[in-house]
Amino acid sequence: MSLRIVVCVKYVPDATGDRQFTEDLTVNRDDVDGLLSELDEYAVEQALQIADEADDAEITVLTVGPEDAKDALRKALSMGADKAIHVEDDDLHGTDVMGTSLVLAKAIEKAGYDLVITGMASTDGTMGVLPAILAERLGVPQVTLLSEVKVEDGTVTGRRDGDTASEQLEASLPALVSVTDQSGEARYPSFKGIMAAKKKPVESWDLEDLEIEADEVGLEGSWTKVDSAAQRPARTAGTIVKDEGEGGKQLAEFLAGQKFI
Amino acid sequence: MAEVLVYVDHVDGAVRKPTLELLTLARRIGEPVAVALGAGADATAAVLAEHGAVKVLTADAPEFTEYLVVPKVDALQAAYEAVSPAAVLVPSSAEGKEIAARLAVRIGSGIITDAVDLEAGDEGPVATQSAFAASFTTKSRVSKGTPVITVKPNSAPVEAAPAAGAVEALAVTFGALATGTKVTGRTPRESTGRPELTEAAIVVSGGRGVNGAENFHLIEALADSLGAAVGASRAAVDAGWYPHSNQVGQTGKSVSPQLYIASGISGAIQHRAGMQTSKTIVAINKDAEAPIFDLVDYGVVGDLFAVVPQLTDEIKARKG
Ligand SMILES: Cc1cc2nc3c(=O)[nH]c(=O)nc-3n(C[C@H](O)[C@H](O)[C@H](O)COP(=O)(O)OP(=O)(O)OC[C@H]3O[C@@H](n4cnc5c(N)ncnc54)[C@H](O)[C@@H]3O)c2cc1C
Ligand SMILES: Cc1cc2nc3c(=O)[nH]c(=O)nc-3n(C[C@H](O)[C@H](O)[C@H](O)COP(=O)(O)OP(=O)(O)OC[C@H]3O[C@@H](n4cnc5c(N)ncnc54)[C@H](O)[C@@H]3O)c2cc1C
Repeated sequence: MSLRIVVCVKYVPDATGDRQFTEDLTVNRDDVDGLLSELDEYAVEQALQIADEADDAEITVLTVGPEDAKDALRKALSMGADKAIHVEDDDLHGTDVMGTSLVLAKAIEKAGYDLVITGMASTDGTMGVLPAILAERLGVPQVTLLSEVKVEDGTVTGRRDGDTASEQLEASLPALVSVTDQSGEARYPSFKGIMAAKKKPVESWDLEDLEIEADEVGLEGSWTKVDSAAQRPARTAGTIVKDEGEGGKQLAEFLAGQKFI
Repeated sequence: MAEVLVYVDHVDGAVRKPTLELLTLARRIGEPVAVALGAGADATAAVLAEHGAVKVLTADAPEFTEYLVVPKVDALQAAYEAVSPAAVLVPSSAEGKEIAARLAVRIGSGIITDAVDLEAGDEGPVATQSAFAASFTTKSRVSKGTPVITVKPNSAPVEAAPAAGAVEALAVTFGALATGTKVTGRTPRESTGRPELTEAAIVVSGGRGVNGAENFHLIEALADSLGAAVGASRAAVDAGWYPHSNQVGQTGKSVSPQLYIASGISGAIQHRAGMQTSKTIVAINKDAEAPIFDLVDYGVVGDLFAVVPQLTDEIKARKG
């Protein structure tokens, strides 16, 4: 029987660009290039490796995002995923994590799945909570923050390196897995992969397809509200000295002046 | 006065500092009721009371250690139902965030993660967050349900505020999802005797410039001279020179100490995301153009192999 893997990938503004908020205090997606969240590349990579080990597996990549988010799907397809689902709807603008997870959960259920894989956190919101929320909504085990993952005989196992201990985890499928950037370098799409991706199917779903009311999502339907966003003032230029044999001592002098010594 | 649930992060009864900081914030918006789970939960009561907990709800069961996260969500939910609080505060550890997140779904509430400050507002608590690698500061609130907010370490002072801290047993029934993910093995992290990275007042970090695991003792010696925690960049961690648990940055620990010293670290955006809110930033780097110098209060352009040992010696000499 085929192993159905759904990988959730997010389209985010490039972290090395000048990221800003717009007037309605949502992320400005127009002035900075978007891309597949780098941390989700690790999720795609693990899906590809799990699929390689399985007799028969199909990888669907799923995103909730604006028109341009298709770029993120294309990248994942060019890495080797089989097909893609894009949930896109004007009413989704400004959706928070509760709304996004609701949409993802409905889409995942509609697509059908045995295993859901996500990144550890997006590189824009960086909340790192969506995987746990999704597991709760789907009612499946959460096997999260894995630095190693394996799927065999309907069981997923993995290693989670926590704050105080490293844990070995195990759960039965269907399950939700999130992987960290320690799980293994993501592959680069090959030229062949990029060409093949152009022919792979990308389905577009809207809120109606998922039987979600507009007021359950978007800025208005949000469970949270951002009241203000202010750019941090640039740090005032510090003192910079060149080491000419006394650099360590000069630094010690500075630290003493600041009462750190 | 409204009650505020505070989830307690502790190790065998020893309460970790971020929880005491949460009590300070909780008192701004109501009366803290602490929830302590697992082995040693009862032992947390004294210190929690000293810092303002009017009540400490405790529960222990093998489920808390044998299964991942969900049993703790069941318990926090039981506490939520027993107390009907005005807000739920949880420390922003990886696990804390997951517990908070699942509780928020269950009680139909919005969630705010990684708050760096919290104050009372007309429409409920207002949280300050730091966005886009700390280049923005936002103020937000939960607009549906009971606010669930996770708070980063070092976001508030620890303050003594003696309260009753009466211990009460919390009755917990585990749901079907609680036993979904089994913890089949656990290797505790070895203690180095140094302060915990996220809680430390001073952090000394090394990057690719340290050029080998065998040279990290220079960074450690500097850290020890200051009573600091040791951090590392991802480049140093990926090279296997230092454990991943010491990584500072977007996918490592996020630190906000009084003093951060970066040696041989260029200051990539992902590294900055984890240390930019440090109060005082110092860098030692041989490249005058390294982006880390844009952040510093004091920078030394020089070879860390010369500067760091000299600095360590000078600190030791001054401390006598
Ligand atoms: C600076 C900032 C702060 C925010 N703060 C809050 C807040 O406090 N509360 C709140 O409710 N919302 C907040 N949001 C909105 C929230 O980030 C988004 O709604 C988001 O889609 C879910 O959170 P995340 O991207 O941070 O998820 P994370 O939990 O960081 O993402 C984990 C994984 O979930 C998957 N994923 C996340 N989003 C999508 C998507 N759209 N499509 C497919 N897969 C996805 C990816 O696999 C990703 O790796 C914030 C957004 C920004 C930009
Ligand atoms: C999704 C994602 C997540 C990431 N998460 C993190 C993260 O959490 N933390 C993190 O740190 N990085 C993270 N990175 C990696 C980040 O982009 C950088 O690659 C990394 O921070 C570089 O580490 P570095 O500064 O030690 O190395 P480099 O950038 O190579 O810099 C080394 C510096 O050392 C200096 N140097 C060399 N020799 C000496 C000497 N003898 N004396 C003094 N100075 C010297 C050099 O001038 C240089 O500036 C992430 C990247 C991605 C894509």
